[in-house]
Amino acid sequence: MINEIVKLVAPRRMEVFFQEENIDEDTVIVRPLYLSICAADQRYYTGSRDKEIMEKKLPMALIHEAVGEVLYDQKNEFKQGDKVVLIPNIPLEKNNIIKENYLRTSKFRSSSYDGFLQNIVCMKRDRIIKIKDIALNIASVLEPISICINAIEEFKNTANKNRKTIGIWGCGTIGYIMTLLLKKYMPESKIIIFGTNEEKLNYFAFADEAMLINKIPEDLKVDHAFECVGGKNSEDAINQIIKHINPQGTISILGVSEEPILIETRMVLEKGLKIVGNSRSGYNDFAEAVEIMQDPKMQEYIGNIIVETVEVNNINDIYKAFDMDLNNSFKTIMKWNF
Amino acid sequence: MVYAGILAGGQGKRMGRTELPKQFLNIGGKPIIIHTLEQFIICKKIDKIIIATPENWKSYMIDILNKYYQNCELNVISGGNTRNETIMKICEFIKENSKEKENIIVTHDAVRPFITQRIIEDNVEAMQDKNIDAVDTVIPATDTIVESTNNNIITNIPIRDYMYQGQTPQTFRVNELVDTYNSLEEREKEILTDAAKIYALKKKNVKLVKGEIYNMKITQEYDLKLANAIVKGVEINND
Repeated sequence: MINEIVKLVAPRRMEVFFQEENIDEDTVIVRPLYLSICAADQRYYTGSRDKEIMEKKLPMALIHEAVGEVLYDQKNEFKQGDKVVLIPNIPLEKNNIIKENYLRTSKFRSSSYDGFLQNIVCMKRDRIIKIKDIALNIASVLEPISICINAIEEFKNTANKNRKTIGIWGCGTIGYIMTLLLKKYMPESKIIIFGTNEEKLNYFAFADEAMLINKIPEDLKVDHAFECVGGKNSEDAINQIIKHINPQGTISILGVSEEPILIETRMVLEKGLKIVGNSRSGYNDFAEAVEIMQDPKMQEYIGNIIVETVEVNNINDIYKAFDMDLNNSFKTIMKWNF
Repeated sequence: MVYAGILAGGQGKRMGRTELPKQFLNIGGKPIIIHTLEQFIICKKIDKIIIATPENWKSYMIDILNKYYQNCELNVISGGNTRNETIMKICEFIKENSKEKENIIVTHDAVRPFITQRIIEDNVEAMQDKNIDAVDTVIPATDTIVESTNNNIITNIPIRDYMYQGQTPQTFRVNELVDTYNSLEEREKEILTDAAKIYALKKKNVKLVKGEIYNMKITQEYDLKLANAIVKGVEINND
């Protein structure tokens, strides 16, 4: 069949492309229902990625956070109407040591492969997971939840057992989800969120403490820290973490910066710190995210950061959603009716 | 039940020197009708599919279906001499084979392969309203429509804001469609080539559903070239 794919062709300009799709036994056809906009999509949409990268990657369909409905599965393992979360990582090789999201050969939707802004999406059957009892708009945010799960799993393997106090830097979506999940996974630990925006910090009622970064007491110490700031500001965040972290603590980095940033390595060395990079997620992280979101309380908290839902009937509606999202504190969701 | 009636009546005469009927010509790597059918096969709103094709192309149709699908329940029947007769034959088939009292038929041109899930779904959903008798898929007219009843002098230029271009699907309730068609005089049947037009003349409510500019009908060689030009292969960019 012929599929319609909405691709970004230039900053703030999208066009419909047509692509022939073939149905085979390994493919499940899914119609997207709710799609969620990520900061990474915005960097392409607004053209803030490097010009050379833009030229290399466009035209490309954006969006890597989505839920959909199964339309067709030749094997009938998935039934028509099954609601599924779409996994954006596409591993092209198997490796027993390196996780699928770190394999250099893997493709990723809306980065090295077309994203989910498509009329229908042909998904390999191991790239979808059935969901139930999760509101669909909330389920569209499963991807960032899986990212946090990926980082927490790594943290559990790496960090020493001093876990009395854990700090999260960055009060955006990832900071919010990370704080929420750490509170759930490690209820004994004191979880402190550090941010720059008081209004946003007010959302973090479930954290043990919320603190503005310019009002951190000199003697405050955390055993471990998660950096969820991203951009150039992640430099300040990481250096502040280095200052307030206890020796041999682990700093988990999640924020993407376009520019290289400077880190005070002297203190990293002196304190014997571990710095762990985290990016994207794989099948198991999604499966865990689906599991954890069965809890209605978690859904309630995630629902609180869905600031806007835009019904999309045409390309102009997509622009509207992306433009609105630029001014939103947290998540903008698109209800896909394209 | 909701049936899709795929109208594959083309004899291929309008396509220059092409010998195969246009629905069997390829776009990308597959015949046009296969592209079209796949959208109906995967559509959650469609229960069964009937393909009406000229008598002499029926075996060919079954052959290519067998090539692409082994598991799908598709019915191939012979069409009539006109579009409406073909639709009536599909309706007869439904009435003979269905146990349901009332069925809906979504009729669609085989040569409109750019049909989308949204358009099919909107057609079926619009019929849930009992006040709606039929559905027609349209796009707003972009060119000014000029009427001339003698092929020479303009007789009318309708207001463009009220003008639409008809596409397919067109959707009906089977019993009502058969009854309405049979109530026409033979002479009327000859003039009324469009099923939705019959409804409009009978003052029935035909609802408009938004089509897409690319839901085009492939009838000329130019259309086929255009369709092939805009269908791109899978692009995988490198990191």
